[in-house]
Amino acid sequence: MEFPLLSTILLAPLVAAFALCFVPKDDRETIRRGAAFATIFMLCMTVYAFFNFDTLEGGVQFVEKIPWVEDLGVCYSVGVDGISMPLLLLVGVIGISAVYTSWNTEKRPKEFFILLLLLIAGVTGTFIAQDLFLFLLSYELFVIPVFIMVLVWGSTKRLPKEFVGMKFIVFLLMGSAFMLVGVVMLYVNAYPAGERTFDFAALRMAGEMGHFSDSFQISTFPLLLLGFGSLLSMFPFHSWSPDGHAAAPTAVSMIHAGILKKLGAYGLIRVGVLLLPVGAKYWSPLIVTTAVMGVLYAAYIVMAQKDLKYIIGYSSVSHMGYILLGIMTLNATSVSGAVANMVAHGMMTALFFSQIGYIYERTHLRSIPELRGLAHYMPHLTIGFMLAGMTSLGLPGLIEFLPEFTIFVGTFGVYPVQALIAIFVIVFTALYVLRLLATLLFGPADEKYAEIPDEQGASMVPLLVLGAFIVGFGLFPSLLMNVINCGIEPLAPVFEQIANAPTMMGTMGGVR
Amino acid sequence: MIDFALYHAWLIPLLPALAFVVIGLGTRQDKKTSAIIGITAISASFLLSLGVVGAVLTKRIVMADPFVMKTVWARIGGMELGMGALIDPLTAMMLVVVTTVALMVNIYSVGYMEHDSGMGRFFAFLSLFAASMLGLVISVNFLQMYIFWEGVGLCSYLLIGFYYYKISAREAAKKAFITTRIGDFGMLLGILLLQINFGTLDFIELKTLVPQYIWVSGTSFLTVIGLLLFIGPIGKSGQFPLHVWLPDAMEGPTPVSALIHAATMVVAGVYLIGRAYFIFAELPIVLNVIAWLGGFTAFFAATIAITQRPFKRILAYSTISQLGYMMLALGVGSLSASMFHLMTHAFFKALMFLCAGAVIEAMHEEADIFKMGGLRHRMPVTFKCMAIGVVAIAGLPPFAGFFSKDAILAAAAEVSFPLYLLASVTAFMTAFYMSRLLFVAFFGEVRDDCPAQETNAFMRWPLVVLAVLSVISGAWGHFAGFSDWVFYGVREEEAINWTIAGSSIVLSLIAMWWAYQIYVVKRWSSFQIARRLGVLYDLSYHAYYIDEIYAFFRELTVDKIGRLSLWIDTHIVDGIVHGLGRLTKGISVVLALPQNGDTQQYVAIFYTGVIALVAYSLFYAVKILSVTGGAF
Amino acid sequence: MMSFIEFMQLATHVGLHHFLLFSAILFAIGLFGLLTKKGLIPLLMCVELMLNAVNINLVAFNHYMPVPDYTGQLMAIFSVAVAASEIAVGVALAFRIYRDRGTVNVDELEKLKG
Repeated sequence: MEFPLLSTILLAPLVAAFALCFVPKDDRETIRRGAAFATIFMLCMTVYAFFNFDTLEGGVQFVEKIPWVEDLGVCYSVGVDGISMPLLLLVGVIGISAVYTSWNTEKRPKEFFILLLLLIAGVTGTFIAQDLFLFLLSYELFVIPVFIMVLVWGSTKRLPKEFVGMKFIVFLLMGSAFMLVGVVMLYVNAYPAGERTFDFAALRMAGEMGHFSDSFQISTFPLLLLGFGSLLSMFPFHSWSPDGHAAAPTAVSMIHAGILKKLGAYGLIRVGVLLLPVGAKYWSPLIVTTAVMGVLYAAYIVMAQKDLKYIIGYSSVSHMGYILLGIMTLNATSVSGAVANMVAHGMMTALFFSQIGYIYERTHLRSIPELRGLAHYMPHLTIGFMLAGMTSLGLPGLIEFLPEFTIFVGTFGVYPVQALIAIFVIVFTALYVLRLLATLLFGPADEKYAEIPDEQGASMVPLLVLGAFIVGFGLFPSLLMNVINCGIEPLAPVFEQIANAPTMMGTMGGVR
Repeated sequence: MIDFALYHAWLIPLLPALAFVVIGLGTRQDKKTSAIIGITAISASFLLSLGVVGAVLTKRIVMADPFVMKTVWARIGGMELGMGALIDPLTAMMLVVVTTVALMVNIYSVGYMEHDSGMGRFFAFLSLFAASMLGLVISVNFLQMYIFWEGVGLCSYLLIGFYYYKISAREAAKKAFITTRIGDFGMLLGILLLQINFGTLDFIELKTLVPQYIWVSGTSFLTVIGLLLFIGPIGKSGQFPLHVWLPDAMEGPTPVSALIHAATMVVAGVYLIGRAYFIFAELPIVLNVIAWLGGFTAFFAATIAITQRPFKRILAYSTISQLGYMMLALGVGSLSASMFHLMTHAFFKALMFLCAGAVIEAMHEEADIFKMGGLRHRMPVTFKCMAIGVVAIAGLPPFAGFFSKDAILAAAAEVSFPLYLLASVTAFMTAFYMSRLLFVAFFGEVRDDCPAQETNAFMRWPLVVLAVLSVISGAWGHFAGFSDWVFYGVREEEAINWTIAGSSIVLSLIAMWWAYQIYVVKRWSSFQIARRLGVLYDLSYHAYYIDEIYAFFRELTVDKIGRLSLWIDTHIVDGIVHGLGRLTKGISVVLALPQNGDTQQYVAIFYTGVIALVAYSLFYAVKILSVTGGAF
Repeated sequence: MMSFIEFMQLATHVGLHHFLLFSAILFAIGLFGLLTKKGLIPLLMCVELMLNAVNINLVAFNHYMPVPDYTGQLMAIFSVAVAASEIAVGVALAFRIYRDRGTVNVDELEKLKG
């Protein structure tokens, strides 16, 4: 048998979390080094997996399959394809950045790092699961650490953190309740009793064999959309997300915006679009329109925000709108753009949050009129903010440009008006990002920040790791795109098949 | 050497990029090493560019048959995006112009930034800019061009905001980025439409596809694409109505203004249209728009430049005006006139900016020309260079501007008389305001408190080199056959039309004489004239209040709606969410009422329930008995 | 309408009805006490009454079954055992509550209200 690479990646944080339980709670140094070691190990393994992913062969690789609950057809089945491989890499990159961003956690570091590692393990499990049951299990698992971390290590600004933690969890659980109904319907309809299975491939096979009737698909898809859509902060189900960012500790904000939202998008592709393509097609005009509304609306809100975390929170709502737009346009170009943008936006927004976390930890300020002129004293922080900001506004040469361009190419031919609005928002994005950078970094110096040290040593790690990937994938996009292409190419028949399927607006002319 | 240069043309942008990386990661703190690395890289690029020109000349690479090298940059979603180098005479010319000016500016900056602690950063940014600009020049497709187009925009942003502690610099940088971004939005739309429609962005492939497409489906769709593409150059090359960022961009260090905001980056828009001329030339409507917008911008900016007082601001408006000239030339169908003017303008405008830098530094950051005076006694070399620049832009033979401007006027006269008239009036005004600048700043008496002294050698020699180029490049270009070299379609007629040239010389001389009378002899008081003109003077002095109008609209359409959206989000969207939460809570309060802790009440309710159940079952038992007639 | 003789027969000849009537009365008394008494100990006693009413029913039905077996009596013994343990726990709880709160009045024991 081959070396169980993915299980090792999944187990690394779990083992580390378990081991940390036995470390005395005052020994902060050991605790954080242990957490760092686990995430470094994870990153190395994911990078190894990423570069050993055979793009010529394609398909699902590094597969491991162990039967689990045979009566229900549940398997411990993991593997990655071209869609989940880049996202697994994203988890590795953000995992290590999150640990290093929380390097100086003062309050109960032991519990913090244990929960953080559990959270990372949960999202890892979701991305590598090839079994719907395992997927759902991991999907629900991450909610618990997030909830506890918001309550214990969060901060109260506009709303009390307890309230936000509750809002967060209620929103997500409501969403997953709908989704669960949808998933059970899928499971029951796919095969007759006795042959039922949760395996993704088998479920897709069922779809191809026509076990999901058109009307079934049309009625089930909205349930899944509600579940995954509220996780990816789809307008108008976004309102938990900026509040959640604002209240959560920085590491959670990074994982939340960087990974959890991508998880929603990933689930929407993997479960929603691929298993129920006709349903997705039927609802796509509505969803595309709301996605674009969300893009514009969130961008407008950012203009009026002063709190850094709210700014990035709403801007990530806006950016997630692009991703939703790409997914729901339902053609190979736009979906590959959306997948690439998931990676790009994850890294960008994690970098943003880690920089905000750095300055917030030292000043306990995070609104822009109060924080100003930081460039005078903190050149490294300035580089971090500039890099994240320029990525956010889609500067070529950084990771987010090509994905957005691809989404636009894919969308413009199908939904020209919506795409036009979405493209126009890049001007708005530039406006708010530059306003933020201008006030935060430049302008006259403020003496009260003279004493604050610049990022050094451990606090530089997020900038270095995320920055390396942002610039690296920006300059050499084929590294990323080749993997994504080999994940999307097998799906092209699905998209072609539904090109002429009816939508709620009637039959469209197909993909030009 | 020549072969090496041609086959390694991609090194030309790569070397400065490497310099950026090395300076940025390593030697940022070390001023001297950073300067040496920056200058070495750009010198190497300069030599390679010369090699490329040699290759183009010796290997007979012509506009119709360029030399192309390309590689796949990324494949995604069925698109194949390339990067590479396209070498034709136009590229070769641009490479030489960009590297020459960049090299001069790099050398000049050693002197200019001497006392600035950010010199390492400055050279890093300059190198990055050179890399992006050269990458833009050798683009093989629209996407590569867009990528480097944004890259030069970024460098422009970074360099305008170089003195980041100044609020004005910071705001100017932001404004420049956002204004050009609006243009980029249009251009991106055009590129997307090209990609969707033709499935490729490659210049060479499009060159064959576009005529076929026009032959089949006509020009209407391409006209839309052309207009959208033109929005990019409107932003980047400071055409009306997106010109507002360019005057503010003068907040950056002066070498930057010379390199980016006069000689190279701002002409990227012109270059884009030149590069994609095979599309634009087929679209008469778009050409008309370009011509008229260019002509209008040229005139409009000239009317503003006449009343401005800061040294660099006058030059900035003059740049906008000259860019309008180049657009006009493109619009009337003369690629070679436009590119010729682009080249000569790059030299003489960079020269004038560098002079401005020398003057302003010598005046200890005093930019108002009316606070200068008599500088020719204090800074003779700078004065001579500046005078050459002014004469060149005014278009007197044998200086560079004469030949290129004459080519444009001739081309305009061929197409449309009103456009020719507009261009001539603009030329007249240009001669006037540039002479005004020269006379006010350099003539007259030296003020008592004037601190100006001649500058150091690093700043002086680039001026001399550029001055020489400003003198000879026009004549050289004209007689060495620039239009045989860079042209589109059929080669154009070369000879100077002496009616046009003569009248333009006469007009320029009148304008200069007039300026001399007002500002040196002081026969007429300039203040009297200003007062006589009243509203017109006010409008011109405040640049037609366009900034204020934009600020008003921005407030209205961005900030107000932003605040409104925030209100909606916190009160309505969030209100619904919180309302649902409160509703659940309210229901639970009602349902919890019987749960009052009185045990005996619970018992009573429980037994009431039991009795009710018993009664119910009895009732049914009786009913069943009556139906079945007694039997169970 | 029942004749006098029938009534007398019913009144003097002890049958299932009498047991049921008796247990119903016992149950009602217990229930009344449960609803009106305030002390925990009287309440427990009332519960005992109701449980015993049930026991009587069980035994009575068992006795009058056409083919008697001992199921009902067995159940009654179970029930007695359960009642005994219940009273043991209940009284112990009552003591604890009295120690803790100084009262066994159920009206004052309302901490669990919603």
